[in-house]
Amino acid sequence: MATLQLNNITKRFGDTSVLKGIDLDVNDQEFVVFVGPSGCGKSTLMRIIAGLESATDGDIVIDAQRMNEVGPADRGLAMVFQSYALYPHMTVEGNMGFSMRLAGVPKEERRAKVLEAAKVLQLEPLLDRKPKALSGGQRQRVAIGRAIVRNPSIFLFDEPLSNLDAALRVQMRIELARLHDKLNATMIYVTHDQIEAMTMADKIVVLHDGVVEQVGSPMALYHHPANRFVAGFIGSPKMNFFNVDLLSVSPEGVYIRLPGGGECTVPADGHTLEQDATLELGVRPEHLVLDEAGALSGQIEVLERLGGQTSLYVRMGELLVTLMADGDVGYRVHETVRFSFAPERAHLFDSDGRALASLTQHPLAGLTRQDNRTPGAAEAPV
Amino acid sequence: MTLLRSNTPAQAMPSANASAGAGRGAASMKMLLITVLGWTVALVIFFPILWMILTGFKTEAAAIADPSFIFSPTLESYEAVQARSGYARFALNSVAVAFGSTFLALLIAIPSAYSMAFLPTRRTKGTLLWMLSTKMLPPVGVLVPIYLIFRDVGLLDTRTGLIIIYTLMNLPIVVWMLYTFFKDMPKDILEAGRMDGASTLQEVFFLLLPLTLPGIASTGLLSVILSWNEAFWSLNLTSSKAAPLTAYIASFSSPEGLFWAKLSAASTMAIAPILILGWMTQKQMVRGLTFGAVK
Ligand SMILES: Nc1ncnc2c1ncn2[C@@H]1O[C@H](COP(=O)(O)OP(=O)(O)OP(=O)(O)O)[C@@H](O)[C@H]1O
Ligand SMILES: [Mg+2]
Repeated sequence: MATLQLNNITKRFGDTSVLKGIDLDVNDQEFVVFVGPSGCGKSTLMRIIAGLESATDGDIVIDAQRMNEVGPADRGLAMVFQSYALYPHMTVEGNMGFSMRLAGVPKEERRAKVLEAAKVLQLEPLLDRKPKALSGGQRQRVAIGRAIVRNPSIFLFDEPLSNLDAALRVQMRIELARLHDKLNATMIYVTHDQIEAMTMADKIVVLHDGVVEQVGSPMALYHHPANRFVAGFIGSPKMNFFNVDLLSVSPEGVYIRLPGGGECTVPADGHTLEQDATLELGVRPEHLVLDEAGALSGQIEVLERLGGQTSLYVRMGELLVTLMADGDVGYRVHETVRFSFAPERAHLFDSDGRALASLTQHPLAGLTRQDNRTPGAAEAPV
Repeated sequence: MTLLRSNTPAQAMPSANASAGAGRGAASMKMLLITVLGWTVALVIFFPILWMILTGFKTEAAAIADPSFIFSPTLESYEAVQARSGYARFALNSVAVAFGSTFLALLIAIPSAYSMAFLPTRRTKGTLLWMLSTKMLPPVGVLVPIYLIFRDVGLLDTRTGLIIIYTLMNLPIVVWMLYTFFKDMPKDILEAGRMDGASTLQEVFFLLLPLTLPGIASTGLLSVILSWNEAFWSLNLTSSKAAPLTAYIASFSSPEGLFWAKLSAASTMAIAPILILGWMTQKQMVRGLTFGAVK
């Protein structure tokens, strides 16, 4: 059992305010991912949870116990560093057993525990090697092994895969997800890789400039972003934004005029809107469809064929709109295309960047990673 | 050889080889020049020491005669030096003082450098510069007060007194060097240690010291050498009991005149231990001094 609460955590370095009041609840056995642009405070927040940095203000509560004054080793946490931070002068076994050596655990017991963790991570043949003689992926596994051996209630990972090449990253991502299922531990994971966040998280925490922009399941963040920042940050390629004119608000939604003159009703709650509010419409590239009768049009500036898919970059005045189309579309550069979107796939943002609440709930928005598995299916071997 | 396996067109091969050959020729020419230059500079620097060693094996008469490399070597001077005063006693003092002060300096400097490297404050940089600036004060400036203090507390002509002076003398350099080595140590590793439950002392003994050992060794070595060669304080603060080898050498330039051969023999014996120590540890030394650059 391990839960974590952060209450109004702030952190200042001198005069710069890095974290500005972070509130967060992490449930037992949850896989929580912190994402956000570089410098938004992800590592700082992680280090405050770990106890390597002290919070300027606010409480860190683990299992209903305030931990602000508790040392890093006594919080029941283990951390995996981006740089691995292995002890270069110790063997793999020495690295993994170091915490137990410090705690005065007898040698045999230490070895048994290290072997157990090594088996999970396929490190058995490497136990006598020094970190220098390991590949990047192996080092990463040793770092994870060192964390596992401590039997922590919460694992902390700070961009653990960012030093690995793409193929290894995919493999380690899968291994980590399996490990999470096997260890039933709470995990907190920092990344700025979209795919890692979307695929691994039960809950994503989007940070921006030291503030939590939104907390939710990957599907909730994708389908119902709370604001323009989250909408632009989650999803790749990025969401397209159009300035639109507000025509009227009705119980069915918000009636708007699109650039180019088309009109449509987006099913969103607009009852708080002023008469002449400025609105922004957001539509993801994969939700724009080529359509001879479409209300939007522009000239193709760049065309990228990926085989299964084609990315079209379409010039609409100031805007360069990204559009994901079928792999077999026959268009060429400089041709003019017309396109449209399903209004329920669109998002509206007010002048403060806040999303208007959608009137329809996406059926998958409540889905978590756990729900992807067939109930009762056998545990995948790790 | 790798060229052969690549799919370079066959006709491109000879020219590629030829240019590689020419490149190799120019490179080896440059290498030769650098080697010759290196040896020349080394010889020029080493010449006085060589001359001193040679002079030690001459008779007094030959030593003041026209300089010559050709002479019949004799151990006359060494015998005379040995007969006059016990080299061993001075050497023992040198060893005790050099290693004692180095040990003490490291003992003080390691915690200081740790706190400056890992827990810096706004004043850390200033403190470091100030420490180094004390080295710019000419020692004569404080000779009288220190002499008086030493006399009053009974430290004159004691090893303890010299150890204290040498420790203080070398401390700025030792702290500064350790500070740079510690700064190069990845912080993550110490933090990982802290997550694993290491106390500050355990962090230092299990992680910091083993990982910066080359740096600490070269710092210690430098401190030993500086203390070993120090002559100003040893001449002024010791007379007989605690006198180290530098005082021993000085005793051969007496009012009755300079005895070149004996002075050379004594000097050779004085520098021999440190020369041998430096020779044996030169790998460590170079590795330590370039620690930051390579790692
Ligand atoms: N010790 C420090 N002193 C002063 N400022 C700091 C310190 N540590 C971090 N900061 C600042 O705090 C901000 C957040 O840093 P942090 O490392 O948490 O970012 P991050 O979200 O992890 O970024 P990245 O994705 O690049 O790792 C940055 O602007 C950084 O410059
Ligand atoms: Mg970071």
